[in-house]
Amino acid sequence: MVRGAARTVFQNIAHWVTVIVFTVLLAFPFYWMLIATFKQSSDLYNITANPFIFNAKPTLENLHLLIYETRFLRWVANTTLVGILVVGITLLLALPAAYALARLTGRWGQRLGIGIFLTYLVPPTLLFIPLSRVVALLGLQDTIWSVVLVYPTFTVPFSIWLLMGFFKSIPKELEDAAMVDGLSRFEAFYKLVIPISLSGILTVVIFTFTLVTQEFVYALTFISPESNQMLGVGVPTFLIRGDVYFWGSLMAACLIASVPIGLLYNTFLDRFIAGFTVGAVK
Amino acid sequence: MSTSAPPSQSPKPRKVGYFSTPAGRARRLGVAMFAPAILYIVALIGVPFVMAFLYAFGDVRVGSVGYHFVGLENYRHILQSPTFRKALANSFIFTITSQVLVIVGSTILSLVLEKSFRGRSFIRFLVLLPWVAPISLGAIGWKWILDSLYSVINWVLVFVLHLYKPYAAPMWLGEPTLAMASVIVVHTWRLLPFSTVILLAGITAIPKDIPEAAAVDGAGFWRTLFQIRIPMMLPIVNVAVLFGIIFTFTDMTVVYILTAGGPFDSTQVLPSLAFFTGILGGDLAAGAAISLFLVPLLVLVAWGMLRMAHRAEVV
Repeated sequence: MVRGAARTVFQNIAHWVTVIVFTVLLAFPFYWMLIATFKQSSDLYNITANPFIFNAKPTLENLHLLIYETRFLRWVANTTLVGILVVGITLLLALPAAYALARLTGRWGQRLGIGIFLTYLVPPTLLFIPLSRVVALLGLQDTIWSVVLVYPTFTVPFSIWLLMGFFKSIPKELEDAAMVDGLSRFEAFYKLVIPISLSGILTVVIFTFTLVTQEFVYALTFISPESNQMLGVGVPTFLIRGDVYFWGSLMAACLIASVPIGLLYNTFLDRFIAGFTVGAVK
Repeated sequence: MSTSAPPSQSPKPRKVGYFSTPAGRARRLGVAMFAPAILYIVALIGVPFVMAFLYAFGDVRVGSVGYHFVGLENYRHILQSPTFRKALANSFIFTITSQVLVIVGSTILSLVLEKSFRGRSFIRFLVLLPWVAPISLGAIGWKWILDSLYSVINWVLVFVLHLYKPYAAPMWLGEPTLAMASVIVVHTWRLLPFSTVILLAGITAIPKDIPEAAAVDGAGFWRTLFQIRIPMMLPIVNVAVLFGIIFTFTDMTVVYILTAGGPFDSTQVLPSLAFFTGILGGDLAAGAAISLFLVPLLVLVAWGMLRMAHRAEVV
């Protein structure tokens, strides 16, 4: 009995040590952004002083510089606008497609669905060279419209896949009953299926929006002017003047952009993961 | 097997307005509903994919007009370049090392996070941050941590552990081996949370009674872990590895931000080299040719995914 109790205590300690070690390793850079955000330059660039604490009074100077003397807010606005537009395009393309593949096309609907999912695996670093030509041909270079056009390439396939799973879980009888009552199939889709699928749609909205904020390669490739930049490229590119890094403001920008997205994503996490597991988990 | 429509031995009755039968109408509506998405995907994934192949065997540069097929000319140039060979080797080192670290780490972390304990949801949020935060910004955070002068790691090494003299501490991003190690660590940091949540989803689907029964039958903690729990996790580990390989092998963000491929191309990988050659250098043909080296691995992963989806469908 005593041995059993000792073992439980030991397992508890091992459990907590593991949790703490992993949490510290994974979350440390964000703590580091937080503390750098409020440090004075004299403190930030002091080689000998203990960097874990404030050696001088905390300051809002870095935030002030970020907000008033850089294009940070402009990048936030650009990213938000692109996010909203890409969410709209994604829903417009993915909702009907997912419904058709889940309900109307029988067995090869499933196959086609897996095929579409596989296109999600084709990475930006394979397509960016030809797409840069396409963007230039359409005259969209250096504008946010270039990424509005291209971002749905990675949001649409995954959203179709997520929504397909979602529509399949809705009982067919519901639509059959509505169609007996005189609705057409398409009416049943948008008057009945869409309203009861709101939580699935919300999942796609959040997923799409976070993917837009996380994207780097396409925005870097297609857009060069500072004021048309997206958040993820603007911060690491334009907060560095020549060789001078404005570390305090940089870290503030990273923190401000990361945490809200993290909170949003975290809320819907389980649903995204259901999409990633490709049916290997039931 | 064939419970669907009988094979078309008598096509005549079908011809009478197939599309006006209920099944035909449903199919027509189905096609109309997914056509826009398919068209978009073909136009902006399918066509560029084919263009990448055409470019790789042609002579396209930024601003050039027309297209000449040059066969394997681009590849002859690329394969002779030491930078390319370095990048190819680095891509594999980078992917394999970080994936091994990710799988070991995420297995441990997922087993720990599976139990419910106070504050678990907060811990989960913290642990997930590296995956959900934009990677270009996370990488900038690391760049500050690994800074040549103000690195916090160096401060600890110099002033706490007294392992180095001031100004003589390691240049994390400035020496080839250390730079490669840094890039690998940052990528592991980024993918570990993703892999962990996938494994967590898999673990919660494993029936609880099997490990419990084994424990009742006298199997100890380690034996239950290595002979029952981990083997039962294997299918879901496969999923995590397949995605992990794609996300690592095709990524250029971490390298671009931390080292831009340097010092002396020691951290150059295929995607970053394709970017520097094709986009910044303007040699679209060579860039496309380099990025096509990603394709064989993508095909392998897609094949793995298909097998898994097939198995999920059959079971």
